[in-house]
Amino acid sequence: MEHYNMNLTVEVWRQKNKDDKGGFKSYKVKDISSEMSFLEMFDVLNEQLVHNGEEPIAFDHDCREGICGACSMYINGKPHGPWAATTTCQLHMRAFKDGDTIVVEPWRAKAFPVIKDLVTDRSAFDRIIAAGGYVSVNTGNAVDGNSLPIEKEKADSAFAAAACIGCGACVAICKNSSANLFIGAKVSHLALLPQGEPERRTRVINMIEQADKEGFGACTVTGACEAVCPKEISIANIARLNKEYMNASFSSDK
Amino acid sequence: MTWKQVFTSTIGQKLVMGLTGLFLISFLVVHVGLNACIWADDGGKMFNQGAHFMGSMVVIRIMEIGLFIGFFIHIIQGYALTAYNNSRRGTAYRVNKGYGSKWYSRSMGLLGTLLLLFLIMHIWHFWVPSRITQDLPEASYNPEHHDLFSRMILVFQDPIVVVLYVLGCISLAYHLAHGFKAAFRTFGVHNSRYYSTIKAVGYAFSVIVPLAFAMMPVSMYLGWVK
Amino acid sequence: MLDAKIPAGPLDQKWSKYKSTCKLVNPANKRKLEIIVIGTGLAGASAAASLGELGYKVKAFCFQDSPRRAHSIAAQGGINAAKNYQNDGDSTYRLFYDTIKGGDYRAREANVHRLAEVSANIIDQCVAQGVPFAREYGGLLSNRSFGGTQVQRTFYAAGQTGQQLLIGAYQALERQVALGNVKMYSRHEMLEVVVIDGKARGIIARDLVSGKLERHFGHAVLLCSGGYGNVFYLSTNAMGSNVTAAWKAHKKGAYFGNPCMTQIHPTCIPVSGDHQSKLTLMSESLRNDGRIWVPKKQNDTRRPNEIAEEERDYYLERRYPAFGNLVPRDVASRAAKERCDAGYGVGSSRQAVYLDYADAIQRYGKIELGKQGLDTADAATITRLGKEVVKEKYGNLFDMYEKITGENPYEVPMRIYPAVHYTMGGLWVDYNLMTTVPGLYALGEANFSDHGANRLGASALMQGLADGYFVIPYTIGDYLADEIRTANIPTDHPAFVAAEKEVSDRINKLMGINGSQSVESFHKRLGKIMWDKCGMARNAKGLQEAIQEIRALREEFWKDVRIPGAVAEYNPELDKANRVADFMELGELMCMDALDRNESCGGHFREEFQTEEGEALRDDANYMYVSAWQYAGTNNWQLHKEPLNYEVVKPSQRSYK
Repeated sequence: MEHYNMNLTVEVWRQKNKDDKGGFKSYKVKDISSEMSFLEMFDVLNEQLVHNGEEPIAFDHDCREGICGACSMYINGKPHGPWAATTTCQLHMRAFKDGDTIVVEPWRAKAFPVIKDLVTDRSAFDRIIAAGGYVSVNTGNAVDGNSLPIEKEKADSAFAAAACIGCGACVAICKNSSANLFIGAKVSHLALLPQGEPERRTRVINMIEQADKEGFGACTVTGACEAVCPKEISIANIARLNKEYMNASFSSDK
Repeated sequence: MTWKQVFTSTIGQKLVMGLTGLFLISFLVVHVGLNACIWADDGGKMFNQGAHFMGSMVVIRIMEIGLFIGFFIHIIQGYALTAYNNSRRGTAYRVNKGYGSKWYSRSMGLLGTLLLLFLIMHIWHFWVPSRITQDLPEASYNPEHHDLFSRMILVFQDPIVVVLYVLGCISLAYHLAHGFKAAFRTFGVHNSRYYSTIKAVGYAFSVIVPLAFAMMPVSMYLGWVK
Repeated sequence: MLDAKIPAGPLDQKWSKYKSTCKLVNPANKRKLEIIVIGTGLAGASAAASLGELGYKVKAFCFQDSPRRAHSIAAQGGINAAKNYQNDGDSTYRLFYDTIKGGDYRAREANVHRLAEVSANIIDQCVAQGVPFAREYGGLLSNRSFGGTQVQRTFYAAGQTGQQLLIGAYQALERQVALGNVKMYSRHEMLEVVVIDGKARGIIARDLVSGKLERHFGHAVLLCSGGYGNVFYLSTNAMGSNVTAAWKAHKKGAYFGNPCMTQIHPTCIPVSGDHQSKLTLMSESLRNDGRIWVPKKQNDTRRPNEIAEEERDYYLERRYPAFGNLVPRDVASRAAKERCDAGYGVGSSRQAVYLDYADAIQRYGKIELGKQGLDTADAATITRLGKEVVKEKYGNLFDMYEKITGENPYEVPMRIYPAVHYTMGGLWVDYNLMTTVPGLYALGEANFSDHGANRLGASALMQGLADGYFVIPYTIGDYLADEIRTANIPTDHPAFVAAEKEVSDRINKLMGINGSQSVESFHKRLGKIMWDKCGMARNAKGLQEAIQEIRALREEFWKDVRIPGAVAEYNPELDKANRVADFMELGELMCMDALDRNESCGGHFREEFQTEEGEALRDDANYMYVSAWQYAGTNNWQLHKEPLNYEVVKPSQRSYK
């Protein structure tokens, strides 16, 4: 792979705090190596800003291995940028060429208010999980791990759904800011396993109720969420969520 | 959980859209089947008989009320949901290329609005004269029957009307292309075996039915049907 | 003299006896007792959830935006447990023995045995939570093998075991949040421990969004804040991983155990340039099938595929015929460094070795050929089939490598180099996981206790969850039983006021420097000193120099650092400055510890102490102890020694030849 250096224009959303109106600012970065990660390019830009006495751009990031789900940039119209199945931190500058202009925006959703610059508050996801995304088993209650065989195919599907990193890219791209891919992934994960069975009905009802309270939109099945998900969570999980919801709500006693 | 809670949640509202949508799809099947009689090459007799049956049969008239209710709910719920969904973003993106989804799946509200306009025109052209004002000529074979067929020929002599009808059918095609399969996703079809079949049927339906509808004004305008 | 409070009695009965005789707190009293948990990784989330379940009032803190993002999430390979599901001779004792031996005989027997005992319960608990472990076709749990063991005892969920375990613990935590037993404080960083009458009674935390300092009271404080590998600047740790919570505790009286014990992981993607801010680990499982080599000729600049078989030096297979490419991490890392230092390194930086899958592809291709019953196949078909098998086994890792380097590892050998990965050292704790400050506990990677001088693969997850789910719920009760009469101390107590003032003074001091160099640049320089002089190989001269250099750097930092922005706002540069300031103090202590330990063991390799073949040379006569350092003012520490008494295992020289 040939390495090359590039000069770029980066247009970034700057917003001092949640009450600030915010706006775009344009920055030039020089001699960016094609081997850098996208966030390393931001590190370089931030060092430049600190050097010039300006405030660096705030952005969420932590593991930089594509698994913690913290990084969340909306790059040139796509969450996590141009590569498929990639988080922002795993995107590398090879994806760009000399002279490019890159527009970077925060996730946009009323349920994810901006805290500063590119940092948003995604605690709504935590509250959705708290509403029911678990198996109620206190420590020490467990039976032997092998006492409950689980069909491999189902275990694999449950794992594929559980691979969600909670980054919120699905909400960011969805024209309705719906969180149903995130919720569907968790509901599917637990609905596919026998451990999730006892709370199957209450879980899905409570999680959807919480999501509605948080102000996420309704899912209109456009498929954009699946297309941008860095962990390639399938939209079939949303269908399973809908099925679980119907089963639970239609059979409700009240 | 009460029924009200069920159908006012975001998923519940989508269920309403899906259920009414499928109901309207079933209406389309009947409608296109009956209208295809214009191609029977019998001067419109079979078509007029069919139309008479639909207009005089009491069960059908009752079902017609259901149809209007279906339209009404689909339209009202559709607008309510679209408005709610559109309000969820807050600040708009500067770069919005609609990555990962088809334009028509993002434009169901717009397509639905076009269809609504079309529907008003369509009702004005045919449903109002046949059911309300009763100002249709008598059928040649039976004075008790209306000659809706000749009214169709008359209406479709205007090229502008023909174009508007064709555009309406194109809107319908795209509306169905998303709506048909999405309804089944909303009903919880997650199994890829069934879903791929549904998707194929949905695409076929959304091409064949609107095409058949579109060919009606076209063939009358071009004089293929007399 | 340090008292580890190890219960009396035979090793395999210590824990069960402890559990049946330790003091308890009745449910009505639990409701009145408040516990603060710092960090929400495997140790913190599991502890907070379990203690919430028991009925304690818990406050949990994490600096990330959600507890689910803690760096435990990045663990790839798996979690060990002595289940013996494979019928291959595993047992609690064997897991205990392997861990002690893997740690090069510098871990505490009683703790490690307890770890092995509860390991099986962890798997059961996680399965019950719905953690989707890999399974066999019969529906039962699957195992894989890992370095340093002869049995298959590693449970896994593809290459995302840490993620799945953490999400399980996180969900248990969120359930307690929903039930009102745990109050969660995300985007909060602990900046001070409040000690009243010699006991930990609370913390000062900073709300990272508003910048406000908060006082929180607790009857006990649990530090589950992870390791300090980021002192090296470049490491596989998350960008936010830091030592601050542990360091504040240390300065408030908690001894620091074995600070120099760091683990360098052999298979990481090499540094590509000065811009690099983070290193990425490639799972140890890659060494199962890959072969590691360098050219036989020094400074060979040819492309790897142009170097003929006989011109390649498979140095691990050459030096360690018995274990080959699967020697433990410390050995593999040092061997790679030795080759690169001698001028045989590859890649543009010359600081890398090849990890080659060409042989594995051919081998698997031929096996596949046999399976499919094809007898006449050309080389291209074998390669294609082989690549398919490798893709199925390691596809996600290969994809990651390609994303980062832009090279296709199916065609070109991967370039790898060792990188800082884990810190065995940490706050010194006794058998109860309590530090030398009463009421202040350290769990998981934040403590020093279970891995000695080198940690085995798939044992970090085990320890984090063991501490949180199964150890602390018992040991904390033993302490809190005597605290039920302690009423909540109001946070306007002078100790809280003083602690908050200390924190705010320090922040104001940092902000007031207004110098010219960025925090990042200081961190980079610190990392370079640490890596060059206290990294994979250390010597007395280098360590002495490092101590002086770090002191000078620290002085420069406090004179010339520039932190933009304000205190009362979201200010990541200030957060970073707080952390880097602590790393600079820790770095010095690490060098002092490394200088004190005149032997080589596990991850600690002193060049002066090696065998003729260049292997680590332990000195059991003089250094069979845990170094526990007490903070005694700036640049000053006092060493306490906890002797390690091996009652059951007899230490021997590790050999992998």
